[in-house]
Amino acid sequence: MSWNEPGGGNNKGPKDPWGGGDQGPPDLDEALKKLQEKLGGLFGGGKGSSSGSSGGGGRAIPGALLGVIAMGALVVWGLMGFYQVDQQERAVVLRFGKYLETVQPGLQWNPPLIDEVIRVNTTKVRSATLREIMLTQDENIVEVNLSVQYVINDPDKFVLKVREPERSLQHASQSALRHVVGGTGMDMVLTEGRAQIALDVRERLQEYLDMYETGILISKVNVDESKPPTQVQAAFDDVIKAREDEERVKNEAQAYANAVVPEARGAAQRQIEEANAYKEQVIANADGEADRFVKLLTEYRKSPEVTRERLYLDAVQAVYSNTSKVMVDVEGGNNMMYLPLDKLAEQSQTRSGNVNIDSNTIRELTNAVTEQLRRDAATTGGTRRAGR
Amino acid sequence: MSGRNVTFILIAVLLLFIANNSLYVMKETERGVLLKFGEVVNADIQPGLHAKVPFVNNVRKFDGRILTVDSQPERFFTQEQKALIVDSYAKFRVADTTKFYTATNGEEARAMGLLSQRINDGLRNQVAVRTIQEVVSGERDELMIDLADLLNDVALTELGVELVDVRVKQIDLPPDVSESVYRRMNAEREKEAREHRSQGQELAEGIRAAADREVTVLKANAYRDSELLRGTGDAEATSIYANAFNQDPEFYSFTRSLRAYQDSFQGSGDIMLLQPDSEFFRYLKDSSGGK
Repeated sequence: MSWNEPGGGNNKGPKDPWGGGDQGPPDLDEALKKLQEKLGGLFGGGKGSSSGSSGGGGRAIPGALLGVIAMGALVVWGLMGFYQVDQQERAVVLRFGKYLETVQPGLQWNPPLIDEVIRVNTTKVRSATLREIMLTQDENIVEVNLSVQYVINDPDKFVLKVREPERSLQHASQSALRHVVGGTGMDMVLTEGRAQIALDVRERLQEYLDMYETGILISKVNVDESKPPTQVQAAFDDVIKAREDEERVKNEAQAYANAVVPEARGAAQRQIEEANAYKEQVIANADGEADRFVKLLTEYRKSPEVTRERLYLDAVQAVYSNTSKVMVDVEGGNNMMYLPLDKLAEQSQTRSGNVNIDSNTIRELTNAVTEQLRRDAATTGGTRRAGR
Repeated sequence: MSGRNVTFILIAVLLLFIANNSLYVMKETERGVLLKFGEVVNADIQPGLHAKVPFVNNVRKFDGRILTVDSQPERFFTQEQKALIVDSYAKFRVADTTKFYTATNGEEARAMGLLSQRINDGLRNQVAVRTIQEVVSGERDELMIDLADLLNDVALTELGVELVDVRVKQIDLPPDVSESVYRRMNAEREKEAREHRSQGQELAEGIRAAADREVTVLKANAYRDSELLRGTGDAEATSIYANAFNQDPEFYSFTRSLRAYQDSFQGSGDIMLLQPDSEFFRYLKDSSGGK
C-alpha cells in the first residue's frame, strides 16, 4: 500500500496508481468515475464526524474540482498518445503486448499505456565489420576483413522474432564467411576471388538471416581486405618482390639485347661498307694505275732509251733529294769507319722541323746502319770479286 | 471517521491487488504456461491481456523469440586424430512450453547449458568421423545438417525447444599447429619466390645468349660478306693490272720499282749510305761516264 500512503496524494489526482505500472484497467473512464464516487463518499462521510480544519477544505473540493482534475488527466493522457513517425521509420504497435499493426510515417495516435509503440529505422543503411583469421580449403591461414551493409526491411520480425537480431547477424556473418573461405583456396582468397567470396557470403548470410527471421536485408557485402597473417606477411611480400625481380632481370636482359644487337648490326653494316669501299678503291686504283701505265707505255714505246733514262734519274733524284745521304767513297768494307750519326740525325731533324728522336731511336738507327753497312760491304765485295 | 476511512483504503488496496493479480499481459515476444495449483492448464497462451484467478492460477513466461546459444571454442579430434578448435552457435526457440517448463523450470540459462552440452557432444561425434579436409571445406553443410537432425529430436523431446539452426563459426588449428602451418606457408612462399627469381635469371640468360648469338652471327656474316667484297675487288683490280701490265712486263717492273723506291725513301729521317758506283753516279767521278 506504499503508493497510497501520503494523504495529499489524493489531491494530486487519481492517476498515480496507474502511472507507475504497465497495466491499466480496460475502461479507464469507468474506473475514474468509480473512484471519484468513492472519494466523494469518503469525504462526504467524513463530514459528519469532522471537527478539524481539514474538513472545511475537503467540503469545497469534491464534485467540480475532482471532475476537472480527472478531465485534465484524461486530456493529458490523450495528448500523450500522439507521436510522429519519420519517413525513415516504421512503428510496430503492440496492444497489451499483442501485435496490432505496423504504422506508416506521419502523425499517429495510439492510446498510451495500452499500446506500446516501437519505432524502427528501416531505411538507414547500417554497417557491421568483421575481422577473422581462418583456414582456407588448402589448409592455409588467411586474414579477411569483411564489411556487411544491411537495412532492416521487416520491422515486425526485427522487433518480435529474434532476441538481439544484430548479434545474430554477427554470428551468421562469421559463420558464412568462414564457410565460404573454408571452401576456397588461399590464392583465390588473396587475389581475384574476393568479389566471388563477397557474393557467396552475401547469399549464404541472407539465407541464414531469413531462417532466423531477423527481418534484416543484406544490401552489400564487401571484402575490404584479405591478406596473409602477419607471421607470413614477410614471405608473401618477398614473393611479390621476387616477381618484380623476375621482371626486372628480364627487362635488363632485354635492354642488353636491345643495346647490343643493333650496335652489332651497325658494326656489320660498317664492315660491309668498308669492304665495299675497299673494293671500289682497289678497282679505281687499278684502273688509274693501269691507265697511267698504258699511257706511259705508249710514250715510252716511241723513244724507249731516253724515257727510261729520264724516268730512272727522276726517281733516284727524288729519292736522294728527300733523304739524308752519306757518301762512302771507300773501296772495300772499312768497318771502323766513324759515322757521326747523332749529328746526322740532328741535321735531318732541323731540316724536317721538330721530329723528336730520342736516344733509343738513335741507338736503333745506329745498329741498323752498321748492320746494313756490313751487309753492303759483304755484297759489294762479293760482286766485285765476282766481277773481276 | 478513522474506521470508515481505513476500511475504504483497505478495500481500494485489495481491489488493486486483485486487479494486479488477476490481469496479466502476454507479449508478442513471449510464450507462457498457465498453471493451476502447479498443474499446466493452458500450455499456449496467446499474446494480449488475460485474466486469471489470483492465488489459484500462476503464469510462467518464457522468451518466445529465437535465442542464441554461443558455445565456447573447444578442441575436437578429427578422423586422422588431428586436433581442431571448433566454435559453434545454435539458434533455437521454445516450441513445447510444457516440456520446456518441466525440463528446465523455465530457466533459459539452464536450457542453454543443456543444449550447449548436447551440441558439443554432437559436434565431437561429427568431427570424429570426418577428415580435417572435410570439416574445413568439403562437408560443412553436411556436418551441420547431420548435427541438426541428430539434435532436433533430442532438443524437442527432452527440452521442448525447436532447434532452428546449428552453425560452426570457427574451425581453427590449435596454436602450436598454426605455427607449423605458418612455417609451411613461409616455406611455400620461399619456394615460389626462388622460382620466380631463377625463372627470371633463366629468361634473362636466354635473352642475353640469344642477343650474343645474334651479334656473333651478324659479325661473322658481315666478315664473310666484306671478305667476299674485298676479294671481288682484289680480283678485279688484279685483272685490270694484269691486262695493262702484260703489254710490257719489263717496263712495268721498271716503273713500278722506281715508284717503290720513291715511296720507300720518303721519310726525311732515312739516312742512306751510298757508294758512288751506281748508275746514278756514273758521271760523279767521270764526266765521260766510264765509257
